[in-house]
Amino acid sequence: MLECGALVAPLDIAYCAYGTLSPQRDNVILVCHALTGDQFVAETHPVTGKPGWWERLVGPGRAIDTERYYVLCVNVLGGCMGSSGPRTLRENGEPWGTDFPPVTIKDMVRAQARLLDHLGIARLFAAIGGSMGGMQVLQWVASFPERVTAAMPIATAPFHSAQNIAFNEVSRQAICGDPDWHGGRYWEHGTVPAMGLAVARMMAHITYLSEEALNQKFGRRTRRDPAPAQGGRAPACSFFGEIFEVESYLRHQGSSFVRRFDANAYLTISRALDWFDLSADYDGDLSAPFRDCETRFCIISFTSDWLFPTSQSRLLARALNRAGVNVSFVEIESDRGHDAFLLDEPDLERTMRGFIAGVSEHAGASATLRPGLSHAP
Amino acid sequence: MRLDQRLIAEMIAPGTRVLDIGSGDGTLIGHLFRTRQCDARGIEIDMREVTHAVAHGLPVMHGDADQDLVHYPDDAFDYVVLQRTLQAVEKPREVLRQMLRIGRHAIVSFPNFGHWRLRLQILLSGRMPMNTVWHTPWYETPNIHPCTIRDFLALCEEEGYVIERWLAVDEAGDRAPWRRSIRLANLFGEQALFLLRRKTTAEQGRAGRTR
Repeated sequence: MLECGALVAPLDIAYCAYGTLSPQRDNVILVCHALTGDQFVAETHPVTGKPGWWERLVGPGRAIDTERYYVLCVNVLGGCMGSSGPRTLRENGEPWGTDFPPVTIKDMVRAQARLLDHLGIARLFAAIGGSMGGMQVLQWVASFPERVTAAMPIATAPFHSAQNIAFNEVSRQAICGDPDWHGGRYWEHGTVPAMGLAVARMMAHITYLSEEALNQKFGRRTRRDPAPAQGGRAPACSFFGEIFEVESYLRHQGSSFVRRFDANAYLTISRALDWFDLSADYDGDLSAPFRDCETRFCIISFTSDWLFPTSQSRLLARALNRAGVNVSFVEIESDRGHDAFLLDEPDLERTMRGFIAGVSEHAGASATLRPGLSHAP
Repeated sequence: MRLDQRLIAEMIAPGTRVLDIGSGDGTLIGHLFRTRQCDARGIEIDMREVTHAVAHGLPVMHGDADQDLVHYPDDAFDYVVLQRTLQAVEKPREVLRQMLRIGRHAIVSFPNFGHWRLRLQILLSGRMPMNTVWHTPWYETPNIHPCTIRDFLALCEEEGYVIERWLAVDEAGDRAPWRRSIRLANLFGEQALFLLRRKTTAEQGRAGRTR
């Protein structure tokens, strides 16, 4: 049962697991993925053949050490990599499509909690995620404070800002304006709204990068348009057969995205992002969901991230302070924009490793301080 | 650990909640957590130090004394520590008020501007003193609110804070023999260290009657 009252049954939840669950079932780290991410966090992606999206941080001996922790990553509800979503077939054999009910971040988290119940995991050692993954981390603590020992929301915000929503709306309009979208029932016509979805991705991709990153990577360099006359593109798309490298890069990002993502899933998840506002249930008081919560937080932002700027993370950190929560807050110097959380950022790796070790040490210390609690029969 | 940090640590009861403002690389809070089982947290303005401390498993927030203390609830801590920073904050009196709002005790250390060498320098040269403690020229020093031990005492008196303990030490952190006389401490102490608390309601009432 979703927040909107609709029922998704049967509920499919696709996930990947790494490492070994301890006999006490107390070593679980949940990694939450972003808008266009999926559960293949630390293994080769079955569709693209590329390495897992956080393979540099999740694995044996990595910051999220699979030799010590049992790591779960769950495809979000409404996604398109196995969990129930617009592409899932209903009982009548047709995909849900645009009939798939609106999903919220809270629904995604509740679906993950159902999976943990199913696996017999009462408590997470940590919930970690960036961007929309960070929103899920926040929602996890707000919904189930007693089930999360440590939370690490990265490059995220306690609500989607008007600017965030505005960008999402442009993406959605691009998809819905594609004649191949057919009101969301494109499978009936044997099409996919490839151009719309690609444009949505291209636009969104710009918001993930910083001006400096774009300048460094591409500058004003040009190259020959590899396919000037193909794909029905207007000749205006190139200038005497030349295009800027940044254009070429974005087109590639757009077209490769279309091969792995479902347009309706994109619409569903982007709506979930827009409706995210942690304080909405508490009369706008962002501290309220965290009062008396014993979860330890580590909030991370990046200097050049203008999509989820540091000011949003600071707002969150201060709200947690008001609630008396134990919170660390680190702003990492990086010129790579929002995308930095997915890239090789040594300070991110060091901070994550240290935070996890600190929480683990602290948990051990409280266990020895209160032997009556940890060794209760 | 610096000697003055060790002196601060000695003032803190085990198992208490501590906020260290200007926690640097986290040495003090690490020590308090590991040897005194304190719930010790830090605030630090220098991002590199914050990353270093968090990467060593310590709970530290990027922030500063002037801006961030207002966001903590009343009585959130047993001790709030401000090491060698009071003279560098924008509003020292407000920072002290916030410290004693969010904490039951405040531990404050600062370099004493009343030290005899500084007095002598300004007397003889007529220029702002420079030495190992006060080592930046007046136009770029972060120490915008220097004060003497007696200045600080006067402020505590005005604000109604009870001084539970005080120490004046030399730069190396050695406790000095002038510990019984404030005037001597103000002349010979390079660093001052105070343990303060709010007046209880009863004490406030008594003070009111005597006036």
